[in-house]
Amino acid sequence: MNVISLSNSDLALAALLVVALGLLSMRMRLGLFKQIAIAALRTVVQLSLIGLVLKVLFTHVDLVWVVLIAVVMLAAASREVVARQQRRFTGLAGFGVGASSMFLSSFAVTVLTLTTLIAADPWYEPQYAIPLLGMLLGNTMNGISLAMNHLTQSAWQQRAVIEQRLMLGQTREQAISDIRRESVRTGMIPILNAMAAAGIVSLPGMMTGQILAGSPPAEAVKYQILIMFLITAGTGFGTVSAIWLSARLLFDQRHRLRLDRLKKAA
Amino acid sequence: MRKLVIQDLGYLSLGPIDLAVDSGECVCLSGPSGSGKTLMLRALADLDPHYGRVFLDGQERCTMSAPDWRRKVMLLPAESQWWAETVAEHFDSRDAKDFATLGFEPDVLSWQISRLSTGERQRLALLRMLSLSPAALLLDEPTANLDSENTKRAEKLIAGYTKRTQAAVLWVSHSREQISRVADRWLHFEPAGLQEAPLP
Repeated sequence: MNVISLSNSDLALAALLVVALGLLSMRMRLGLFKQIAIAALRTVVQLSLIGLVLKVLFTHVDLVWVVLIAVVMLAAASREVVARQQRRFTGLAGFGVGASSMFLSSFAVTVLTLTTLIAADPWYEPQYAIPLLGMLLGNTMNGISLAMNHLTQSAWQQRAVIEQRLMLGQTREQAISDIRRESVRTGMIPILNAMAAAGIVSLPGMMTGQILAGSPPAEAVKYQILIMFLITAGTGFGTVSAIWLSARLLFDQRHRLRLDRLKKAA
Repeated sequence: MRKLVIQDLGYLSLGPIDLAVDSGECVCLSGPSGSGKTLMLRALADLDPHYGRVFLDGQERCTMSAPDWRRKVMLLPAESQWWAETVAEHFDSRDAKDFATLGFEPDVLSWQISRLSTGERQRLALLRMLSLSPAALLLDEPTANLDSENTKRAEKLIAGYTKRTQAAVLWVSHSREQISRVADRWLHFEPAGLQEAPLP
């Protein structure tokens, strides 16, 4: 593979573009300067750290380390799901819903892929396991946070309708069925759009990366198709599970709508 | 017998309330806004967490599922809500005769919800409730948005239903005239609690 290595000065040049954007935002009073600066800094620090971690991990292949990294990634993703909610479940419920749904979908799909499709040796080979899990978690996290946000916001806005349906003797499942369906759809839209536009409007990031790094396009395409399918399955199952659990949390055993379990994010 | 018995019911500022509404009896409730009329009806329909026991026909509420209970002891809220596009989608059984009693043409089922007036919604909400044959009615100002003619029609429909099914009725109303027409008993929310008042 003929990879053209990037030097630090190359990255510094690219960073200048971001700095220019920051200056423009300051001039136009967009109020984005601080956000741009923090986000850019986080990208550099987080990616450099994970680069170091992966380097160590790839040379010392050990299941314990892979699991440890995976758990940290899951916890970070669950925290992010909660952070993106405009109305959050009180206590640890929101975190729990996100974590369990992502664990079920992302981990199951990743392990299935590693053991049967890619069949690396050993199956937890970090070079495959970590990036694959990362891709799945990232996308599932997006789907779940969008869907949960839609569910809780809609339940809040349509509380009168939901309670009216309960008054007429509908079960909690019937009373929130429309909102639940819309929420799952909301969570699935980004990945469905990505699949539809893949290759025509956009070259997916992973494939682009592989091609830039010197892989033959045909190989990169095959991996990209695999990833797309896995992400779709992971996001779909994760979103369905998160919405099912969240919708349950919105009601109690007596089928009462319990919006007191939500609090508005500061 | 469809007797509704309420024991030690309350939460927040409400109660505790003890009350029995006999089968076929209509008990009117009134009181200043914020005195707990709506809270009481919501608690009876088990829509908010609260304490106390409620029985219908001697069967305690907690022995059946909440949806089963609400199908028997049904609440008509002051402001009805609609979720589908047309009227028909909100009705399981459609008795054309009932629609006519409240002054609707047979084509009302195909009407768009978004084009209904407040009064039409209120009359349709009453019909929707009665079409589900509840055993007890919790009515929160069921005629507040109706003109006098439609108010009379609605009262007649409810009276006919109660007579036919012997349903117990709790009716929140602010109008003394209405109370004198429909009530068998009148209870007033006072700072000290629910007080029985002589019928106007």
